[in-house]
Amino acid sequence: MKATSRVALFGGIYSNYLALEAAIQDARRRKADALYCLGDLGAFGPHPDRVFPLLAAQGVHCVQGNYDESIARELADCQCGYTDPRDNHFAQISYDYTLAKTSSHNKAYLRSLPQEIRLELGPLRLLLCHGSPRRTNEFLWESTTSTAFLTHLLHTYNADVIATTHTGLKWRRSLANNRHYVNVGVLGRPENDGRTSVWYTLLEYSPAQGLTIEFVPLVYDHQRLAREMRAEGLPEEFVATTLTGWWTTCLEVLPGKERKRGRY
Amino acid sequence: MSHSPSETPRVAISHLDDLWFQVSGTRCNLTCAHCFISCSPHNHSYGFLSLADVRTRLAESVPLGVKEYYFTGGEPFLNPQLTDILIETLNYGPATVLTNGTVLKDEWLERLAAADAASLYSLEFRVSIDGCTAEMNDPVRGAGTFARALAGVEKLVAFGFLPIITAARVWPEGDDQRVLGEFVRVLAARGYERPRLKILPTLKLGAEAQRTCGYAHDERITPQMLEDFDHRQLVCEHSRIVTDRGVHVCPILIESPESLLGSSLSAALAPFAVGHGACYTCYQYGAICANPSSAARLQE
Repeated sequence: MKATSRVALFGGIYSNYLALEAAIQDARRRKADALYCLGDLGAFGPHPDRVFPLLAAQGVHCVQGNYDESIARELADCQCGYTDPRDNHFAQISYDYTLAKTSSHNKAYLRSLPQEIRLELGPLRLLLCHGSPRRTNEFLWESTTSTAFLTHLLHTYNADVIATTHTGLKWRRSLANNRHYVNVGVLGRPENDGRTSVWYTLLEYSPAQGLTIEFVPLVYDHQRLAREMRAEGLPEEFVATTLTGWWTTCLEVLPGKERKRGRY
Repeated sequence: MSHSPSETPRVAISHLDDLWFQVSGTRCNLTCAHCFISCSPHNHSYGFLSLADVRTRLAESVPLGVKEYYFTGGEPFLNPQLTDILIETLNYGPATVLTNGTVLKDEWLERLAAADAASLYSLEFRVSIDGCTAEMNDPVRGAGTFARALAGVEKLVAFGFLPIITAARVWPEGDDQRVLGEFVRVLAARGYERPRLKILPTLKLGAEAQRTCGYAHDERITPQMLEDFDHRQLVCEHSRIVTDRGVHVCPILIESPESLLGSSLSAALAPFAVGHGACYTCYQYGAICANPSSAARLQE
């Protein structure tokens, strides 16, 4: 376990290397001691191989997401588990593109990633994983995850703070005995709120204030990303999400409350 | 190939994620031809759960870390305390109610919409409509039920809900995409522009066993079938259901005597022998009872 006091946590990058660059700069400017990514390096965006050198150069430690595992093992799909044919259609286009455009060297790197990282934040035991500590592709949505269940996870997995991504939507909940759950959001695409910014999360521990969880909005060159997505022949539906901030695909897994907040 | 009972595999519960309530017992205003527990206006074999009953179970569920709560019947809204039960549940976690959509009253939905808006958690409605036309649905669910259920969907949408339309596959499996497409068109015409749809396999139990056929002797899970199989696909791996008799293994099998596992939630967490034909359907299709937001998927 590594001891630190201020960490930046990046959620799914989804090949959005432009947002990753902006996030790294922003986190360094805010004096983060260490940078972590909670998995799903590829998907959705263009040029998946451009993410890897940035991670290596900046020493960003990563856990393996379901997408990473699929790409690493060259599986047939991303393991998101959609049943809606339209969702599957677009998810497959994205997956096939990412699989074809990820080098074997980078696939080997994805294969090497751990499923969880544990560190100490002051006296707090922090557990970083992708979907949930028990399953990489489990969706923990704010409106369908009871406090009792989160308490169970923290107890079972011996943590004071669990941080995940996977759903694409940031949220947090404070629990009894100074325990916390946080979904750090994603860098890869906006979070279905009509804004083009993406989000990452800063965690800080100080003896005076205890744990501080800060969600950081990140403005990046989304117009350039959209141009590159088009140039690579990625679906207009994805480009529209980058440019408008509204999700257009993969909506079936959203619970009612989260779905109602979006446009589609 | 058949196998002896000694070969019936047992499935352990990994964690009690989903707690179900047979909240209206076996009472329903409809008498669907495919109902796997033969619910009807006159089937009193299981009774209503009271608000007090549900409160007791909710309190019991907290130390067990239950993630989501589901309410089924029969028709849950025949239980006069259902609105209060759902509102109470939203203090504990997400609640999903499985309804036929034909008896919904504005005053209930008004209260529920307010409770949903005030809660951290989602209140989900799953409305059963078994086909995208009256010609498909009504022979199974009863004359006029297609129109009545669609009116229920309209009402739910008017109150701000996004109901999940749940259809038992009473058509050939190869027609799924056509039926889903037609559902989308029909629902959009009624003002539901972003419908959520879930197809369920039929279960050859109860009335459905009479309508079509029961399970063949060899439609059973064998130990070999569970090798390298993601057990989370099986409802009994992460769920239990409360009836007025106690705690049972899953919502499908409540009429089987061995499904009753105990009088308390913690006493009902023993492994279950998946020796029923319906277990085979659960195995074949996977995650048949969960909402799409929570459904596990088959691992590669």
